[in-house]
This record gives sequence, C-alpha cells and structure tokens, in this order.
Amino acid sequence: MNKKPIIVEIRNLCKTYQRGSQLIPVLQDIDLDIDEGEFLALMGPSGSGKTTLLNLVAGIDKADYGSIRIGGVEITALAETELAAWRANNVGFIFQFYNLIPVLTAFENVELPLLLTGLSKGERRTHVETALRVVNLADRMDHYPGELSGGQQQRVAIARAVVTDPTILVADEPTGDLDRDSANDVLELMERLVHELGKTIIMVTHDPRAAHKAHQIKHLDKGVLNAHPQADF
Amino acid sequence: MHILKLIFKNSFRHKLRTFLTILGVTVAILAFGLLRTVVSAWYAGVEASSATRLVTRNAVSLVFPLPLSYKEKIRQIEGVKGVSYGTWFGGIYIDEKNFFANYSMEPRTYLAMYPEIIIPDDQWNVFLRDRKGAAAGKKLAERFGWKIGDVITLKGTIFPGNWDFVLDAIYKGRDDTVDETAFFFHWDYLNETLKKAGRSWTDKVGWFLIEIEDPDIAAEVSLRIDKNFKNSLAETLTETEKAFQLSFISMTEAIVIAIRLVSFVIIFIIMAVVANTMAMTARERIGEYAIFKTLGFRSFHIAGLILGESLFVTMLGAVLGILLTFPAAALFGKELSQYFPIFNVERETIVLDIIAALVVAFVAALFPAWRAIHIRIADGLRRVG
Ligand SMILES: Nc1ncnc2c1ncn2[C@@H]1O[C@H](COP(=O)(O)OP(=O)(O)OP(=O)(O)O)[C@@H](O)[C@H]1O
Ligand SMILES: [Mg+2]
Repeated sequence: MNKKPIIVEIRNLCKTYQRGSQLIPVLQDIDLDIDEGEFLALMGPSGSGKTTLLNLVAGIDKADYGSIRIGGVEITALAETELAAWRANNVGFIFQFYNLIPVLTAFENVELPLLLTGLSKGERRTHVETALRVVNLADRMDHYPGELSGGQQQRVAIARAVVTDPTILVADEPTGDLDRDSANDVLELMERLVHELGKTIIMVTHDPRAAHKAHQIKHLDKGVLNAHPQADF
Repeated sequence: MHILKLIFKNSFRHKLRTFLTILGVTVAILAFGLLRTVVSAWYAGVEASSATRLVTRNAVSLVFPLPLSYKEKIRQIEGVKGVSYGTWFGGIYIDEKNFFANYSMEPRTYLAMYPEIIIPDDQWNVFLRDRKGAAAGKKLAERFGWKIGDVITLKGTIFPGNWDFVLDAIYKGRDDTVDETAFFFHWDYLNETLKKAGRSWTDKVGWFLIEIEDPDIAAEVSLRIDKNFKNSLAETLTETEKAFQLSFISMTEAIVIAIRLVSFVIIFIIMAVVANTMAMTARERIGEYAIFKTLGFRSFHIAGLILGESLFVTMLGAVLGILLTFPAAALFGKELSQYFPIFNVERETIVLDIIAALVVAFVAALFPAWRAIHIRIADGLRRVG
C-alpha cells in the first residue's frame, strides 16, 4: 500500500474546561496523524472528550495549547472570521441529530452551505442535485425534514456535508439515533464516500459495528488517545 | 433559495405567537396613529392659519369689545393691506351639545382674506344681499341636514333671544386643512338688532382681522397697531392669527402633553411585547444558529436573520395598523367633528408610525441577536436534539 499524504496533523493538543473554580482537563497532549482518504473511528466512554476533539479538528472550538494542521493550514492560528471561512470550504459536518433546519426542504438544507460561495443559482442547483443523488434522495428534495425518516434525514445531512466538496468530514455519532437498517445505510454511504470519492472521515461512535466499517479505530479515555482500548467493554 | 425566504418561513413557525404579535403591533400602531391625529387635530386651526393675517383684540380680554371706529385708524397704519372685523356670537342650535363655531363678520372684506373658503358665485351673491343671510361649512350642513334656503334659529347666549338666519351659502374648503364646520353671518344684522334694543355692544366688534403685505413684518405691524391705541379707552393686543389660535389651545396644552405621552407609552409597551417574542424565538433557535455558524455563516448573517424576522413581523403589523388608521380616523372624525373640525391623518403621523415601528423592530432584535452571536458554537450545538 503506497503512503498517502497526511491531511490532519495534531500535535500536543490540550483542552481544559473550567467549571466554577474547578479546572477539568478534557484533552491531554493529543498527537494524531490522519492520512488523506482515511476513515477513522474515534471511540471511548462518555465524557472522554471525543466531541471536544472533533470540534477542535473541525474548527468550531478553540484549543488551549497545541497545533492542528489540516491540509497545510494551521487552524489554531486562524482568527474567528478566517476560521468561519475555512470551515465553510474545508469541513463537512454530520451530527447525531442530523441538525437540519426544519423549515427548509431537503434541497434548501443541502443548498445552505453553498449560499456562502459565489456560485450562481444554476450552479448551486447542479451541486445540490448531485449531492442528493449520491445519498440516493434525489426524489425527496422537496420534502421537509419532518416528512423524512431519521435515516433519510441523516442522508440529507450527509449531502449537506459533501456538497461543498470539503477536505475532511467530521461525524459525531452519526448512527447514534438510528435503527439498525438505517444505521447500515448511513455507514455504507460513508464507506462509499471514502472509497469512491476519496473523502477523509473522522467519526465518533459508541457502536462497535460502526467502528468496524472504519479503517482505523482510536480510543480516547480520560483525554488520552490510544490505539487500543484501555479497558475492555 | 434566498435568505429572505428563510426569514419569511421562520416568521411563521409559531403561527399563533406570530399572529398575536402582529395583532399587537397593529393595535398599537393604530392607537398611536389615532392619538397623534387627535394631537394634530388639536392644532389644526393653528396649522391652517396664515402668516399674513393678524388679529387685533381688546388687550384686557377677548370678552371685551373694540370700537368699530378703530377700523379706519388701523387701515392707515403702514404695512396694513386690508382690515375686516367680526364678533363671536356663540349661539346654540336647539341643544347645547350641538356646539359649532358661529360668529358675525363683514363678509366682503373678511372672505377676501380667506381665499381658502370657497363659495359658489350664485350663493355668494344671494348671501351678500340677504341681511339675515348666513353661510355654513359643508360638514356642518351635512351634520344637521341643512339645505340652501333653510331657516336656522340660534339661541343667543351673549346676545339673548332667538335669532333666525337663512342659509344662503354652503362653503367648501380649498383643501382638507380648512375647517368646514363654521357658521357665519352679517355683522350688520347683529349690530342693527343690538342698536334697536339699545345694547352695549352697538358699533363694537370682537376682533379686527388684518391682512399684511409680508409675513416678515408681522411683528412690526403688530407693535405699530398696539402703540397707536396705547392709553386709549380700549387698548389693543395684536398677534398673528397663529398666535391667536394658540392662545385658545394653551389652556388645554396639558391634555395634549398627556396624549403625546400616552402615545409613546403605547410604543414602549409594544416594544416590550415584540422584544419578548423575539427573545423567545431566538432562545428556541440557539441550536440552529449554532448550525449556521458551524457551516461558516457569520455573525452578521445570524443578526440579519433575527433582525429580518423582527422587522418583518413588526412592519407587517405596522402596515396593517396604518391602513386601519384611515377608516378609523374617518369614523372618529365624523363622531367628534364638533370638537375636532379637522381630523385628518397627517403624513407626519404616518412617518412617525413607520419610525416607531422601525425602532421597535431594532430594539426587539438587539438582545436576542447579541446573545445568538456570542454563544459558543460548541455550546449551541449541545442544545440541539
Ligand atoms: N462547555 C463546557 N463546559 C464545561 N465542561 C464541558 C463543556 N463541554 C464539555 N465539557 C466536559 O468535557 C468533557 C468531555 O466532553 P465531550 O462532550 O467531549 O465528551 P464525549 O466524549 O463526546 O462524551 P459523549 O460520548 O457522552 O458524547 C465532559 O466531562 C464534559 O462534561
Ligand atoms: Mg460527544
């Protein structure tokens, strides 16, 4: 297997939350490299800092210490507005609860991130339709989230995440709210994104079956990253 | 999709709440508009007065007369273009509650100074030749169903007895700022009758109406007139028609101030109502705003969504309120015509309506927008689900 370029490079990452006068160290000295086209699963007990790590990589939270380079950009050095622009171009988000805007149709939800680009209406339409075809929901584009099943909503969310053709995709328990069949659909879709479209995915999950689909599993426990679980579960 | 579409859709997510908020704004703007119209109706006489007309009255009080002989002396004063005169009659038509302004005057000279009062030529000619003739405003005639030729009997209050007049003319205003509820008749008729009865107001008038050449010389001419009658039996007080009209209103100024105050209190209350709606709305959507920010939308986008919704709801209510103000004011004006001869919704009132609505929308959006912008994305996202 020939070595792919490293797309995410995390060094000495630390994050501490403050609750009252108490300091809670959430991430301690994390080092992590992720290759382009990698499908990485991040596991660990509740409260271990998985979401926090994902948020830092996705540029929606600020680290206390350490560096995160993504596609050659040191995102910890970016100012708030630069970071917003960077996110819009480089990160696709998939959440546990889909996080679609309920008053917008599937089409409009997927179109949302494109409103920040300079694309014309026609170009946007082409992109949205392509993305919805990838997730196999082209026939549902005029449906509102409330009219779709959980699995379908998550697929719309995935379409929204890939429509801007981002550098990395981050997914926080994408199957956590889905039944077995829908979860399988979503996981298969994510595999296809990696294999067919060469996407890089970082996925937080509690579900060992989901983790199994990934190329690599990392375990986070009490803010420390390991290749193997500390304790068995 | 356009961001406006999203604002529109957001506005109607809680239909009942949005409907009630819009209704609140509509009622508030309607009430505000009506109260402002009452205030401007109060000053309508002042607004309609001309800067080239002066009024000379007895320096002691309006209830004391001036001798008619002053007329020629005033005419000779520099800057005076024309002089006329009138006497307040204060008659009652059938019942006291039917109040309207009625006075005697010298029609030829008086109406020459009031080009805004329009009487058809044929009616004018009959009125001039008819000693007992009278003219009434269109609105007044409509109010009592008077027609040309009707005999109208007024019961004198200042000048006792029943006085019969023949309605020879019905006048119209040149525009809607002109009072069409007045009633006037020949001063000569009043004077002759008083003379026959040997009464004290014989050959005396209530006020002189003076036309000047140029509004800029009003102060000088007034001074000159008053100086001329200094130390005479009846000293005069001359002021512009505007000041004269204002002197009637000053007594009730406190009420006007109270109405103004109430009108602003209404705006303040509706501001609190809309602010509450917007705060509730924004609180519910903190998670959604976090999603927008996650996707790369910026603070001004979020602020735009909230302000846009606030503006949309408020302006919708305001437009409805403004549209309703016109029929409501027409109804009000009809019912209250004896107190407010002029009851028009002024352009200024509409402008104030719009300004008030804009201020309400901005202030209501301020705090929710500030909160939505300042919440950390990670914290906002935790609220979804
Ligand atoms: N804003 C915050 N303020 C204080 N503490 C926080 C904050 N956000 C997270 N934490 C704490 O940081 C720790 C890690 O949280 P995080 O959400 O990253 O865990 P997680 O691994 O994603 O857990 P889960 O599997 O339950 O989603 C927890 O102890 C949490 O209570
Ligand atoms: Mg989590």
